[in-house]
Amino acid sequence: MEILVLLKQVPATESMIAIAGDGVSIKTDGLKYVINPYDEIAVEEALKIREDQGGAVTVVTVGPAKATEAMRTAMAMGADKGILIDPGDTVCDGLSVAKILAAAVKEMPCDLIVAGHRAVDDDNFQVGPAVAELLGLPNISMVVKEEISDGKISWTCTVEGGTTEVEAPLPALISTQRGLNEPRYASLPGIMKAKKKPLETKSLADIGLDADSVAAKVVVKGLRVPAERQGGRLIEGDSVQTKVAELVKLLKEEAKVI
Amino acid sequence: MTVLVIAEQVDGVFRKVTFEALTAARTLGSEVHALVLGSGIEAAAAELGAYGAAKILVADDDALADYTVDAYTNVAADIIGQVNPAAVIIGATTQGKEFSARLSARLDAPMASDCIAVKLEGDQVVASRSMYGGKIIADVVLTGTPAVVSLRPNTFTAEQAPSDGAVEKVAAKIGDARTRVKGKQLESGKIDLTEAEIVVSGGRGMGGEDFSSIEALADALGAAVGASRSAVDEGWRPASDQVGQTGKTVSPNLYIACGISGAIQHLAGMSSSKVIVAINKDPEAPIFSKADYGIVGDLFEVVPAVTEEIKKNL
Ligand SMILES: Cc1cc2nc3c(=O)[nH]c(=O)nc-3n(C[C@H](O)[C@H](O)[C@H](O)COP(=O)(O)OP(=O)(O)OC[C@H]3O[C@@H](n4cnc5c(N)ncnc54)[C@H](O)[C@@H]3O)c2cc1C
Ligand SMILES: Nc1ncnc2c1ncn2[C@@H]1O[C@H](COP(=O)(O)O)[C@@H](O)[C@H]1O
Repeated sequence: MEILVLLKQVPATESMIAIAGDGVSIKTDGLKYVINPYDEIAVEEALKIREDQGGAVTVVTVGPAKATEAMRTAMAMGADKGILIDPGDTVCDGLSVAKILAAAVKEMPCDLIVAGHRAVDDDNFQVGPAVAELLGLPNISMVVKEEISDGKISWTCTVEGGTTEVEAPLPALISTQRGLNEPRYASLPGIMKAKKKPLETKSLADIGLDADSVAAKVVVKGLRVPAERQGGRLIEGDSVQTKVAELVKLLKEEAKVI
Repeated sequence: MTVLVIAEQVDGVFRKVTFEALTAARTLGSEVHALVLGSGIEAAAAELGAYGAAKILVADDDALADYTVDAYTNVAADIIGQVNPAAVIIGATTQGKEFSARLSARLDAPMASDCIAVKLEGDQVVASRSMYGGKIIADVVLTGTPAVVSLRPNTFTAEQAPSDGAVEKVAAKIGDARTRVKGKQLESGKIDLTEAEIVVSGGRGMGGEDFSSIEALADALGAAVGASRSAVDEGWRPASDQVGQTGKTVSPNLYIACGISGAIQHLAGMSSSKVIVAINKDPEAPIFSKADYGIVGDLFEVVPAVTEEIKKNL
């Protein structure tokens, strides 16, 4: 089983995000970066499948050289090798990234691709299904359980109001959701081993692309910070009863939401 | 210009976000068309005329009875090729987000997902969407056609605008579709978190898997039940109930957080709610600084009292 994991490095979710001077990007200095939480789940699932079925797990990332930190962490968890495609100065949108990933993996042996269902920085919910489309593979999102047998994969995925079970032939692409597994921690020996695992860096030209062929169609005009919520109104009263009566009155008469 | 809204329905019942999308589409285009995919849905489709769809295209086929991304993409891409809309609008449900992503790749078209505003500037679609768990809002220009936009549920108001809404059957070219739905477990009558007008959530303060007080309050309000990640990690609630940066994003009219401290990752999923109520025994809990109304107290006393008070007032 040749398994590819699409892995993105993102700022940690607790980061303070500030807008840079250009108004269209964020300040990156001082940010702590991690593996996108859903991609960590993807790595874990890939490792489990490899443990069960044999094969190799390759992490594939589009990003700057710094993103190799996240790739090394995935290798410390157990992934076998990595490929980084560094697009340099090329400005990418979600579809650009999908095109780069599709071009990079097209020539690689692959039975299964595992992605996250969204990256928690751009929140695009896009790259997984787009890569599958560009490669002509079936895909399914929000997977919470999978089972592989006889060249087929069955998934359980969450939808509004419940779950569905879906089946498709391999190769295929799945996007992870919380609940699929609990990612393992990188062990100390794992971290030592990861340093020696193969990690290749490629440019767009190396995979037969140029800046024009992946030019972003979605252009950021400006970033802004949403208005701060003005909270902090505590309801006072002598007893739970009086507080609750006041709350319900406010919800009805002032906020008009019930 | 023509805007095509792709409807989402379950057993002939449209999701509310479809009506919201039709309303938003009217502000963009002079001509709004709707596309419904499914099986045995022709009769139900006529309802979309009430929200201003001038034409309702229906792709009706047994193979479309259940949503699968490959069959739906094949059919929709074919129809989009014929209608040639300037924009395609979809509700940003679980299905809608996946569908729009695959569709935009097929059409080599720009896409913006989970948008909270959308407008026309000149002949270009400009959309606003949140990033970094709602810490940033990006205004983005979609260059190229069709602009594929998914809209966050509960963010746009659905308003009726009756039109003739002629239903027109269109060919469903299913093509190569390799995914197959084997089974479904849907809780009928359950209000979905992302579309609910009111959400009542419980956190670690619930102290265990007994969420009956929260459920009773939700019942009284006709609300959906959500949870913090801690409550999910403890195994008290399913992962699909999780609200937050690594869970669902909800924007109900009213969000009631019970025994939830208000960590930044939780706020990421609910701070666009219109009104927030916090019930927490710790007056220093960060949730109070975001809540419109707060009650400091033991949730096991406060929540049942709120339920009683609401029942009295209905
Ligand atoms: C990468 C990452 C992603 C994450 N994603 C999410 C996410 O999507 N969603 C999410 O929710 N969290 C997420 N978290 C976790 C988040 O950081 C918090 O740990 C979590 O939200 C805390 O949940 P809580 O408020 O229920 O628990 P706690 O922080 O433990 O708070 C419990 C609260 O209950 C109150 N309480 C206790 N007993 C009572 C009582 N009897 N009556 C009234 N109040 C009481 C306490 O005063 C306290 O404020 C994420 C974390 C990371 C690192
Ligand atoms: N730059 C990237 N490199 C590798 N994988 C990515 C990249 N961006 C997104 N992905 C994958 O696509 C998923 C969805 O991301 P997004 O569409 O950006 O929200 C992520 O969870 C990753 O698995």
